[in-house]
Amino acid sequence: MSLTFLLMDAPYEQARTSTAFRLIDAALRRKVAVRVFAYEGAVSLAMTGQKPHANAVHGRTLEEEAHPTPHAWVAALGELAKDNGVAFDWVNCGLCVDERGANEVVPCSRRGSPADFWKMNLESANTLVIPTR
Amino acid sequence: MSKYLLIESRDPFEAKCFSQRCELALTLLAESTGVTVFLVENAVLGARAGAKAPGLEKLARAGVSVMADEFALRERGINDLAPHVQAAPLDSLVGALAGGAKTLWN
Amino acid sequence: MRVLQIIEPAYRATLEEQDDTVLWFTRAIRAAGAPADVLLCGTAVNYSVRGQDAEGLRVGRWTQRHPPAIEHEISKLIEGGARVAALAEDLAERGIHTESMLPGIEVLSRKSLGGLCAQYDRVWKW
Repeated sequence: MSLTFLLMDAPYEQARTSTAFRLIDAALRRKVAVRVFAYEGAVSLAMTGQKPHANAVHGRTLEEEAHPTPHAWVAALGELAKDNGVAFDWVNCGLCVDERGANEVVPCSRRGSPADFWKMNLESANTLVIPTR
Repeated sequence: MSKYLLIESRDPFEAKCFSQRCELALTLLAESTGVTVFLVENAVLGARAGAKAPGLEKLARAGVSVMADEFALRERGINDLAPHVQAAPLDSLVGALAGGAKTLWN
Repeated sequence: MRVLQIIEPAYRATLEEQDDTVLWFTRAIRAAGAPADVLLCGTAVNYSVRGQDAEGLRVGRWTQRHPPAIEHEISKLIEGGARVAALAEDLAERGIHTESMLPGIEVLSRKSLGGLCAQYDRVWKW
């Protein structure tokens, strides 16, 4: 049994990113295999160039702040899938990757196209599209 | 006939088309085996007891299941829920999706 | 597996993408075999209008060679066999009359959405 999710949003701009990750996490914990198609801004989620930072307003060092970076979340989902013995496939839309320069991404993700999304959908029990605004 | 799951993420007081989406839920109810409206993010602002969101109450009276993400409620300090809304963990959506509900995200 | 793409937002990043990314995506998955149809609602009903012209964007010395051609995209979908519909109430609210619309677009009432969604295996809202 697998579910497919299509995400569109770049990180750090709205609440849909964290809701999507919570939902995917929940699916994997229930041992449901997950396929993610990252479209448009969502290809930025897996970029390894993201760096955490300190927070001077709160007086926290880099380590203390432990600022989230979405690529770490993507990698964490990959690990969770392995721990639960289910498949996890994260595909970044290739043209969207190119136009954003989002080429350096976590190893558990791969490049693909809308044709991959259609295939993922056909192989899944259901597909949720989380659109941007 | 299918089940429908409408995931509402937007503040019902900010988006004037919220009432249209409530109408959609009612329309789908007539053609389905059940409709759930699941409030996430700022949509839970309509779930507070005393909130002026008559659309949600109308849905519940018609037989639509109206639920709200427990985390989003807590995040916004909403402890007193409108009687027609049920708090639920987000992961309850996994079961609905896996069960094949046609799912629309707003 | 029949798919209904419900498109509500419009003119979002269409200039820098040179496309509406959801119409483009629809054409891409149709090319991969997806029998996907389109329902335009909300702001996106304006995509059904003839005479949209996005030519002329320039930034410094950069000028756009291929502005988004929404009418062309809609027409290509219809030519390719996709059903493209627009919500009557949203058209009326925006003063869009049938005479100003592209040929081949069905006008449907919001009341018919239940029956419409029932015809599809997947309904994706954008």
